[in-house]
Amino acid sequence: MAYQFEFTPVFEHADLLLKGAGFTLALTVTGAVLGIGLGIVGAICRAWQLKPFNWLFGAYVEVIRNTPFLVQLFFIFFGLPSLGVKMGEWEAAVLAMVINLGAYSTEIIRAGIIATPRGQLEAAASLAMSRAETFRHVVLRPALQKVWPALTSQVIIVMLGSAVCSQIATEELTFAANFIQSRSFRAFETYFVTTAIYFALAVLLRQVLMALGRRFVIGRPA
Amino acid sequence: MQRRSFIQLIAITAASFGMLASTTASADVLADVQKAGVLKVAVPQDFPPFGTVGTDLKPRGYDIDMANLIAGDLGVKVELIPVTSTNRIPYLTTGKANLVISSLGKNPDRAKVIDFSDAYAPFFNGVFGPADTKVAKPADLAGKVLGVTRGSVEDLELTKIAPADLTIKRFEDNNATISAYLTGQVQLVATGNVVAAAVNDMTKLRRLDAKFLIKNSPCYVGVAKGEGALMAKVNAIIAKAKSDGRLEAISQKWLQQPLPKDL
Repeated sequence: MAYQFEFTPVFEHADLLLKGAGFTLALTVTGAVLGIGLGIVGAICRAWQLKPFNWLFGAYVEVIRNTPFLVQLFFIFFGLPSLGVKMGEWEAAVLAMVINLGAYSTEIIRAGIIATPRGQLEAAASLAMSRAETFRHVVLRPALQKVWPALTSQVIIVMLGSAVCSQIATEELTFAANFIQSRSFRAFETYFVTTAIYFALAVLLRQVLMALGRRFVIGRPA
Repeated sequence: MQRRSFIQLIAITAASFGMLASTTASADVLADVQKAGVLKVAVPQDFPPFGTVGTDLKPRGYDIDMANLIAGDLGVKVELIPVTSTNRIPYLTTGKANLVISSLGKNPDRAKVIDFSDAYAPFFNGVFGPADTKVAKPADLAGKVLGVTRGSVEDLELTKIAPADLTIKRFEDNNATISAYLTGQVQLVATGNVVAAAVNDMTKLRRLDAKFLIKNSPCYVGVAKGEGALMAKVNAIIAKAKSDGRLEAISQKWLQQPLPKDL
């Protein structure tokens, strides 16, 4: 017998799904802004070998990139309270995403910085640019220009990865989907709709990030 | 031909003797048990803390202690038959076991095929929390943060009766729910008394004390249909064990909780 599709229970809870999608987006935006910020700091410390920070960021990148996101999340949510550091599921989810994206973007942006020829720094010095100007126009912008597509992909990966935050009862999109599924038992329909929402979110996010990149990073000549 | 009908005759005779024997047996199981000096009890072997196999490969648990108690009061030896939750009732209806003491809950379908004694063990979903948190009814949950396993019976039932300003955090499985409680991420949890007992047994990090019941489904001793004498005896033993504190001791030993007063 063919499976009878029944989307009504899913659409009855459309408000939950929309709220969940909103939270997923909020988590991702917060995580991306802070995570890329952390990545820029880390990349500079690593690329310019600022001791001892280059060593600290090196260890941080290795630890985070070689452990599962879910375990990092559990460590923060269930582990840290034993040391007296207690935070709610939102704080824990954002922190885990920032730490995770920070490690990956450190490496991505570092690649961009290293790819800038030394000659450009010398040229900046010979043009009597200040340190701040050199950093902004000669180091950061060309670096971000080179790695912007990679950074965009990483942000989308983190957005999709935020699904595991449902495991600590963060009420984002996957949590909403699991919640509806556990009450309606309409697994196929629920996850079908959820998949579509994630796909739409990812496409939307990519377009927005590319537009932002064109406008602020790549578009104007350095 | 001659030979075949002879065999048929033997078969029919044997079958009728068999039927006769089984009818006599089920006429008064109590008398049979007392005559044989052995009480055959179907017990669980895969359901802690009611029945598990200990490190010495012997069954142990609440139900095993209960079987020993009843056999002891009947003045007979006990023979434990390990069963699963699916075959425990067939063991009783086919006469392979005299009693089923296997964390058996009462429902109308089961009541059609077997009889139930008085309740001998608590089995319920409820709200649990630290001793110093004063919660005695759903309304007291206002403003609290409670953890529950998503989609579980306690989740569905509690959601119906929860006050509007109770924060319910739903976790993926019992393990995450309990971890959230032990690490202080939630103030209370809704779970089964058996889960709470297992947690209290394993860790002293943060105790789980029963606050109030959400859904109650206590355990009963299963007795074959029409065994009035055996049933009366079993109920008398349960009543005596409740009043003289022996059942309380079993509850404390396996569930780490006092016996509910209304059991």
